[in-house]
Amino acid sequence: MHELAITEQIADIAIRHGEKNKAAKITDLYLVIGELSTVIDESVQFYWDLITEDTICAGAKLHFHRIPAKFHCLDCGKEYQMVDGELSPCPFCQSTSMEILEGKEFHLDSINII
Amino acid sequence: MTKKISIVEKIHSANDQLAAENKQQLNQADLFSLNIMASPGAGKTSIIEKSLELLKSDYKIAAIDGDVATSIDANRAAEAGATAVQINTGGQCHIDAHMLRNALMELDLDKFDLLLVENVGNLICPASFKLGTDKNVLIASIPEGDDKPYKYPAMYQDVDALIINKIDLLPYVKFDMEYFQKGVQMLNPDLITFPVSCTTGKGIEAWVNWVSEHVKDKKVS
Repeated sequence: MHELAITEQIADIAIRHGEKNKAAKITDLYLVIGELSTVIDESVQFYWDLITEDTICAGAKLHFHRIPAKFHCLDCGKEYQMVDGELSPCPFCQSTSMEILEGKEFHLDSINII
Repeated sequence: MTKKISIVEKIHSANDQLAAENKQQLNQADLFSLNIMASPGAGKTSIIEKSLELLKSDYKIAAIDGDVATSIDANRAAEAGATAVQINTGGQCHIDAHMLRNALMELDLDKFDLLLVENVGNLICPASFKLGTDKNVLIASIPEGDDKPYKYPAMYQDVDALIINKIDLLPYVKFDMEYFQKGVQMLNPDLITFPVSCTTGKGIEAWVNWVSEHVKDKKVS
């Protein structure tokens, strides 16, 4: 049900911007989703088709641009990523002090309209 | 002719806006509020009951309980001494800012010192939907296992306090506290943590003192 709520939010934003730009139709949506942000998968397209049936978004294709999580080790200063989708200490010095550089993104980047 | 429109808008922007409005409303009433999140069975309602037991003589407390269905939790909070409002989310796996706003309308906010919002039992969705409460609290529990910070990073990243409940079960359950805390440290360094047991009462006082300090600070500021 989580996906449904999120899909509704995406549709609201897209329709608002579509109308502002006098779109007859929205054909594509480009979403940016960080690995550490909300869990979201392709099932959103299914909800999308259901809830946008009678809107300018009907039939639009959702594109997911996924951003892998990227960390900066606060001890040795090196950057690293998750291994097999799992959080791990710094692979270079085993430190657990790190800051998250990327991976928390969750936004609608752009839409294509006609 | 297709035209590309740049948007760059956070998907949760509408919810975030409502959360900001909730926050303003709670601030106007000098009401300190907690959004309590956890997986089902971690002990959200038990922690609320324990907190009420120790705080109800000092403060006027309201509880808002979110559940997919039933009013079992709100009834328990009411029996423990809170003015309770139940939110039935109608299938949604989290409370959102709009649902909280509606629940707040049922309360005379000026009359209360502390608001406890019990989110729907879930370690995924509530992390994304801000409510506008002062602090987000996560309850982990020993039987859930020590790998939860690794599996649900979003939930551990943005909370302000962590309760580790059911520590009385540590001798009976395989739970590597060091491994668990290493995961927490990576996601949320210096997160204030309260190991507690609702069954034995161990650690509850430290948690309740933390809440109490914040309630007082909010009254003064």
